[in-house]
Amino acid sequence: MAHLVSPLVSIENVDMRYGGPNGTLAVSGLNMKVGKGEFAAVVGPSGCGKSTLMKLVTGLHIPQGGGVIVAGKQVTEPVSIVGMAFQNPTMLPWRTTLDNILLPLEIVERHRHRLRRHKAEYVEKAEHLLETVGLKGFGSKFPWQLSGGMQQRANLCRALIHEPELLMLDEPFGALDAFTREELWCVIRDLHAAQGVTIVLVTHDLREATFLADRIFVMSARPGRILKEHVVPFARPRDLEVMYEKGFNDMVHELHGEIAKARVAA
Amino acid sequence: MSAVTDNTTPVTQARPLSARMSWVTLAPWLYTLGLFVLWELLVIALEMPPTILPAPSRVFQAILQYWSPIWKNSLQTLYTTTLGFAIAVVAGLGIGLFIGWSKTIYAGLYPLMIGFNAIPKVALVPILVIWFGIGTIPAVLTAFLISFFPIVVNVATGLATIEPETEDVLRALGAKKMDIMLKVGIPRSMPYFFGSLKIAITLAFVGSVVSETVASNYGLGNMMSSAQSQFNVPLVFAGLLMLAVEGIAMYAFMAWIERRMTGWAHRSTMAQ
Repeated sequence: MAHLVSPLVSIENVDMRYGGPNGTLAVSGLNMKVGKGEFAAVVGPSGCGKSTLMKLVTGLHIPQGGGVIVAGKQVTEPVSIVGMAFQNPTMLPWRTTLDNILLPLEIVERHRHRLRRHKAEYVEKAEHLLETVGLKGFGSKFPWQLSGGMQQRANLCRALIHEPELLMLDEPFGALDAFTREELWCVIRDLHAAQGVTIVLVTHDLREATFLADRIFVMSARPGRILKEHVVPFARPRDLEVMYEKGFNDMVHELHGEIAKARVAA
Repeated sequence: MSAVTDNTTPVTQARPLSARMSWVTLAPWLYTLGLFVLWELLVIALEMPPTILPAPSRVFQAILQYWSPIWKNSLQTLYTTTLGFAIAVVAGLGIGLFIGWSKTIYAGLYPLMIGFNAIPKVALVPILVIWFGIGTIPAVLTAFLISFFPIVVNVATGLATIEPETEDVLRALGAKKMDIMLKVGIPRSMPYFFGSLKIAITLAFVGSVVSETVASNYGLGNMMSSAQSQFNVPLVFAGLLMLAVEGIAMYAFMAWIERRMTGWAHRSTMAQ
């Protein structure tokens, strides 16, 4: 495990409590390391603090106890090397898909002052991303003219446009039908392979986690902590067919058992 | 057999459908006409004297007879109303953005706004008269006071209901409050704002006419109150009719602006 020598994300003994000293303890004693370029998945029973984990890593919440280190720096404010995508694509309906994708560039400090002068260059980059996710030529459409799956593809483009080192995905495919979901798994798989970006995927879907991730973290019920860490052994590039192999099903089964136990313990 | 019935049903359905389309555009005019006819018949049937309820024919006659004062006073009312409304738009937008800016301001000012809105604006007219004398200024201010509340509430609501995910995505990128307001909050509240203009303009008419009735020498409100004191009931109704016409015209204008400015918010009618 050479990559663990210099992890991109390192969460050390973190406690996070909402709503004052007597509020809900969302995560407690959370420890987790994600290496650079790695694809990590976090699974667990509902309400286990997975979304809190997202907010801790991106710097939207600062923990009361322990430390979060991203790219070698203690997180004390939002970290702009992160791209985020949620289950709800949250495209802005008054902007075209292309303008939606360019939105992060209007915010991120190192791009916002360059954007106007280098517009063509950025637009080209956005169109290239659109092509990568299979949305070539849809940039001029408004998001509400796209289907749910297409909006989610555009959402991924928006999360990637500023070339983040870390991509945080919070159940991005939860609202999609089974076939569209599998298509998007492949899109994410190929993006990860091509761009070398580090990805943390929070999901309820154990098959999704097993198919995509290098490592799977199983969280306990609230207050959340990591119960177990699995290394996914299947070789890359993975084909969708891998999901019908025995080893794959055994792994999903094992994860399922662990989460069921964590739920009972709650 | 079934093939025949399948073929004939669309044909028989197609004709009434196209007829129905033109009925929809005609309907507002026909219903208005129907109302006048009913009104006329009611007056004839009950043998109403014109000093209690004049028939529409008598009202139209009054409009022709008093056209010059009606025209002048209509313009005056339109002027005070739109001026008050314009101030309300600027102030309402400003205060709405201010209130929607932070949860604390929202919590602090909202009860005050509700309390202020609960005050009948007619009760404020005497105070305005003490400050500014009778005439145009109290009418403009009453129109403003009564119409700015819905604008404030709508703009503030638009800002306060930004999806938390959108805010998270932008904040994680290092967006400041100002960035979020400019990129998301303000464009997002625009449909609410333009929607509220339709409500605000009709309220503005209520405000200006109330003030003109109580404290002015001009305007439709004043014209109607002096006509009433002379038992010239047809002229009172003529004034009401003019107000209705002005109200509908301004409402339609606001609705048109709304459609022009925020087409994306009416996407169901525009989608592919």
